[in-house]
Amino acid sequence: MVSEKEIWQLLEQVSDPEIPVLSVIDLGVVRGVILEKGMCKIIITPTYSGCPAMKTIEEDIILKLKENNINHVKVDLVLSPAWTTDWLSENGRDKLREYGIAPPENEIDKSVLFADPPKVPCPQCGSKNTRMVSLFGSTACKSQYQCNDCLEPFDYFKCLK
Amino acid sequence: MSSLFEYTLRLGDDSLILGHRLSEWCGHGPVLEEDIAMTNIALDLVGQATSLLNYAGEVEGKERDGDSLAFLRFDREYKNLLLVEQPNGDFAITMVRQFLFDAYRKPLFERMQNSKDTMLASIAEKSLKETRYHLKHSSEWVIRMGDGTEESNRRAQEAVNTLWRYTSELFIIDELESKMADQGISPNLMEIEDDWKKTVDAVFKEATLTIPKNNWKQSGGRNGMHSEHLGYILTELQYMQRAYPNMKW
Ligand SMILES: [Zn+2]
Repeated sequence: MVSEKEIWQLLEQVSDPEIPVLSVIDLGVVRGVILEKGMCKIIITPTYSGCPAMKTIEEDIILKLKENNINHVKVDLVLSPAWTTDWLSENGRDKLREYGIAPPENEIDKSVLFADPPKVPCPQCGSKNTRMVSLFGSTACKSQYQCNDCLEPFDYFKCLK
Repeated sequence: MSSLFEYTLRLGDDSLILGHRLSEWCGHGPVLEEDIAMTNIALDLVGQATSLLNYAGEVEGKERDGDSLAFLRFDREYKNLLLVEQPNGDFAITMVRQFLFDAYRKPLFERMQNSKDTMLASIAEKSLKETRYHLKHSSEWVIRMGDGTEESNRRAQEAVNTLWRYTSELFIIDELESKMADQGISPNLMEIEDDWKKTVDAVFKEATLTIPKNNWKQSGGRNGMHSEHLGYILTELQYMQRAYPNMKW
C-alpha cells in the first residue's frame, strides 16, 4: 500500500504546464492528499478562476500516479481558501528566478490608482532599474516588465492576495 | 425553478456575457498590452462563469453542467444585466462599461464572502482577488481618457451618456433579490449601491466626467428581456454546440 508521503513525492514530479520549471507542489495548488478505502483523493485549487492549466494539471496528476500503479485516483477542485502567491514555496521562488521570471514582491494596494508598480529586480542581471510595461502579461498570473539596464523584457509573477 | 438556481444564473451570466464581449477584442486591441489585458480579464470572467454555472447546474439537479447552461439555453433564459451585453463600441465604451461593472462587482464579492451559501462564498472569495485588479485597470483608463485630450474626453463622456441608462438595473431589488437577501445568501444591494456610487463619484471627479441629467432607465435583463444585442452574442457563442451537438475537444 502506497503512503501519503510517497504520493506527495510523486506530485513533486508533476509540473505546471505553463511554467514547467515549477512543480504543482512549488506552485502551492495541491491542498491535500487523502487516502481512504483504496482511493486516492487529491485536492487542488486554481491560481486564477479561468486558469486554463487546471484541467491539464488534473490529467497530469492522474497520469503520473497511474505510471506508478496507483489507479484509483480522484482529483477534486476547491476554491476556498483561495490561492494566494504566498503559497508559492521558497524553492519555487528560486526556480522562477533561475528560469527568468521574477517572483512576486510585496503587495501593492490596488485601491490606490496610478500607484507606483512594485519594484521588481531583473531576473537576468539583478538590476533594480526596471519598469512595468503592462499589468497583464502572457498568462493571468503574470505582468510584463522590462529591465532598463540590460533591456531584457521579462515576466513578473504578480502578487495575488 | 429554485430561487438559488436563478440567482446563481444571474451572477454566472453576467460573467459569461461580459467575458465574451471582452474576448471579441482579442487581436483588435488598440495596443498589444491592452489586447492582452482585455483577454486576461475575459479569461477571469469566463472562469468565474464556469464555477457559477457549474454550481447552478448542481443546484438545479437536472444533470445540466456549466457547459450546457452556457451553450444550450435560449435568449430569454439568460439572466445577465443589459449593461454587459452592450456592444464594445470604441475603447471608451468598453472601458466605461467595464468600470461601471467592476465597481459593482467588487463590493458584491466582498460581501458575498459571508454568504450563508458556502459555495457562493468561496466563489466570491476567489473572484474578488481578480476583480480588484480589474477595477484598478478600468478605473485608471476612465481617468486617463476623461482627463486626457479633448477627443478622449469627448468619447469617454459619450460612453457614460450611452451606458448610464443601464446602471439602475444593477440595484433593482425584485422578489428574488429580497428573498436571497432575507436568507443571508445574497448581500444587501442597497449597501452595494452606496459603495458603487462612492467609487463612481470619485473616479468621475478625477476624470472630469459628469453623470447625465437624462433620467431614462432601461432594465429587463434579470428577467430575460434583453436588448437586440444578446441574440448576436449567442449566435456566435453557441455556434459549435448548435451545429455539432455534444461535440467535445
Ligand atoms: Zn537586466
